[in-house]
Amino acid sequence: MVGPKTVEAGGAASVPLVSIVRLSGVVALLGRFPALAGIDLEVGPREIVLVQGPNGAGKSTLLRLCAGLLRPESGKAEVLGHDLSVHRAAVRRSVGLLGHDTALYDDLSVVENLRFWAVASRVDGAGVGPAMDRLGLPSRLHDVAVGKLSAGQRRRVALAAVVVRRPQLWLLDEPHAGLDQSGRDLVDQLVTDAAAAGATVMLASHELDRTVDLATRHVTVAGGTITSDRPGEGGRGVEDVL
Amino acid sequence: MTKPMAGDSIEQSPVGRRVSTGSRATFWLGAVVALGVLTLILLGFFGAPEDDQQQDAVRMIFVHVPSAILTYIAFGATALGSVMWLWKRSVWWDLVAHSAAEIGVIFCGLTLATGSIWGRPTWNTYWDWGDVRLVTTLILFLIMVGYLSVRSMGDDDATATRAAIVGLIAAVNLPIVNRSVEWWFDRTLHQQSSLTDGNLEDLTLFTLVFGIVVWILFFAWAMIHRFRVGWLERELRTGDLDEAIAARRAEALIDSQPQNGASS
Amino acid sequence: MFSDVRLVAAKDLRIEFRSRVTVSQVVPFAGLVLVLFGFALDANRPVLETATSGLFWVTVMFVATMAVQRSTAIETNDGARRALLLAGIEPAAVFLGKLIAVAVQLLVVEVVLVAGVVVLYDARIESWALLLSTCLVATIGIAAAGSVLGALVAGVRARETVLPILLLPVLAPVLIGATRAFDDALGSVAVDGWAWLGLLAGFGAINVVLGALAYGVLLEET
Repeated sequence: MVGPKTVEAGGAASVPLVSIVRLSGVVALLGRFPALAGIDLEVGPREIVLVQGPNGAGKSTLLRLCAGLLRPESGKAEVLGHDLSVHRAAVRRSVGLLGHDTALYDDLSVVENLRFWAVASRVDGAGVGPAMDRLGLPSRLHDVAVGKLSAGQRRRVALAAVVVRRPQLWLLDEPHAGLDQSGRDLVDQLVTDAAAAGATVMLASHELDRTVDLATRHVTVAGGTITSDRPGEGGRGVEDVL
Repeated sequence: MTKPMAGDSIEQSPVGRRVSTGSRATFWLGAVVALGVLTLILLGFFGAPEDDQQQDAVRMIFVHVPSAILTYIAFGATALGSVMWLWKRSVWWDLVAHSAAEIGVIFCGLTLATGSIWGRPTWNTYWDWGDVRLVTTLILFLIMVGYLSVRSMGDDDATATRAAIVGLIAAVNLPIVNRSVEWWFDRTLHQQSSLTDGNLEDLTLFTLVFGIVVWILFFAWAMIHRFRVGWLERELRTGDLDEAIAARRAEALIDSQPQNGASS
Repeated sequence: MFSDVRLVAAKDLRIEFRSRVTVSQVVPFAGLVLVLFGFALDANRPVLETATSGLFWVTVMFVATMAVQRSTAIETNDGARRALLLAGIEPAAVFLGKLIAVAVQLLVVEVVLVAGVVVLYDARIESWALLLSTCLVATIGIAAAGSVLGALVAGVRARETVLPILLLPVLAPVLIGATRAFDDALGSVAVDGWAWLGLLAGFGAINVVLGALAYGVLLEET
């Protein structure tokens, strides 16, 4: 099992890193079905973890668990220092989850949606404008109802909602899906920047050729367990700094 | 969590063996109930005298009153079970809630039906809206049907929680329902409590009390069986969590074509 | 907490305002029901007068079911429920916010219905105070019971048919009480409407508290 990086390139003496995610033998049920059947995973800060695996393997469930949305049935689960069996609510504020659905209100405009979620998350609303710019949402779209946008545009708005939260742990479930080329490049940039700024990113993706360069670690999930966990090629920016 | 009930001997069933919810305890209980029911029928039809005004219709009392009492006992069990599930996540109590609701609905329906049939020759109406208890019981019946509806939607913990909240809402609101119906009609055609006013002939009173006891025993017998059916169903569904986990992990071997691709 | 309540209520009402479902669908539906009752009761003035209170509140019950279903659908449509949890808003605040939004919509419909019964059924209102108070208090109770039951059936198949089965029996006291209070307010029957208002207030208070407590469990667990 590969643990968090404690020695950076160059062999600098390592300060013990606090694990962002620490899962040991975690089983999580969806109804009665063990979607996660024994997960062992440790993720440290600034890591960009690519979670890959076949459909139905448990990738989305893993992300939802780390977001504090699922109660672990057994095993030890700790995210950002909080025990997931009791303190899930505390975890949620510090994570940003991009799921398959957008969690946006179709009848409200882009701005209204983002402002709502910013206020709801107790985040400064001033970040909304910059986030929209960052995600390449032109000002003509700002007051358009989300229901009228294309799927790719909606995805960008959903991403903007995550960006506004400035989370410590980014959990992205197939972030590239539905986006055009520039959108995908944007996601990659967001991920790299987030990690450089100190956050941790876990993304589930089938876009292997793209994410292979991005991720500092590749984790494969199958049958509700981690079947492979190895370092990746990415995160050069971080390593250069250190 | 495998807390056996007193005196039971549920056979865990490997494939092929017959599983039964019966046990020595339920056998004897059932025998007592059967005997009691027989005695009740004899007493009810031949022992207790006719009522002056109601004549034979009064014998309905031996079914109607106990059913009503049992409806509320059952409903109380459901309410209590719901609270215990929400509070302690007690599977045992959740099963009690479910079983009691099913049996309670039947008794409730019986109460309404016998009340209606009794009412016709006695008060010349199948349904009296002014009868506070009857109307409240009708609303209770509808709520319990709703409870069972929610229960039937799934068999996981989320469903149990949903149903428990329905049970809680029902329990809390029922006194208000009763009060509002009471105020609605100050008067009621319903007989004032026959048990307490002492106007019943001794034998009728005895038969009534005897009947209530028999019915309560019957309720217990039915509850035990229904509870055990629920327990077995649950075990069947849960199977072994470990088995499910093992099966899930085995999926990894099936899907183990190398996913990594050319790692750059 | 209160700012969260305002946030959620404002959001729901803004959505409602944008989509105009209440105005373009629900209000006409309510009016239509009144008209249909007129047809059904053979435009018999004395009968209509006696039945006004009851018809009014039965219509409100049906409208309430629609309003609650819509309120719930807003959150389940795109996974907003999950996002509300993630945002860290108190579930009780979500409950109260949505309750307020549903109540406001119901009150709008009730205003139209009052106008409707005055015009169509020739209702004469003796006590406006009682009438308006009844509308307000009863509506809060209806919205409370409806919001928690709506959240309960969210995410379950065939939710549309189950909600009325659960909600309407629970609302029976409101129907009884509000109708009697209206009878008093319309001067058609000699009852003590204010006493019934007290019962309605009790119902409302209990169900608001119960809903606030149960909502958290529902959001987390189901």
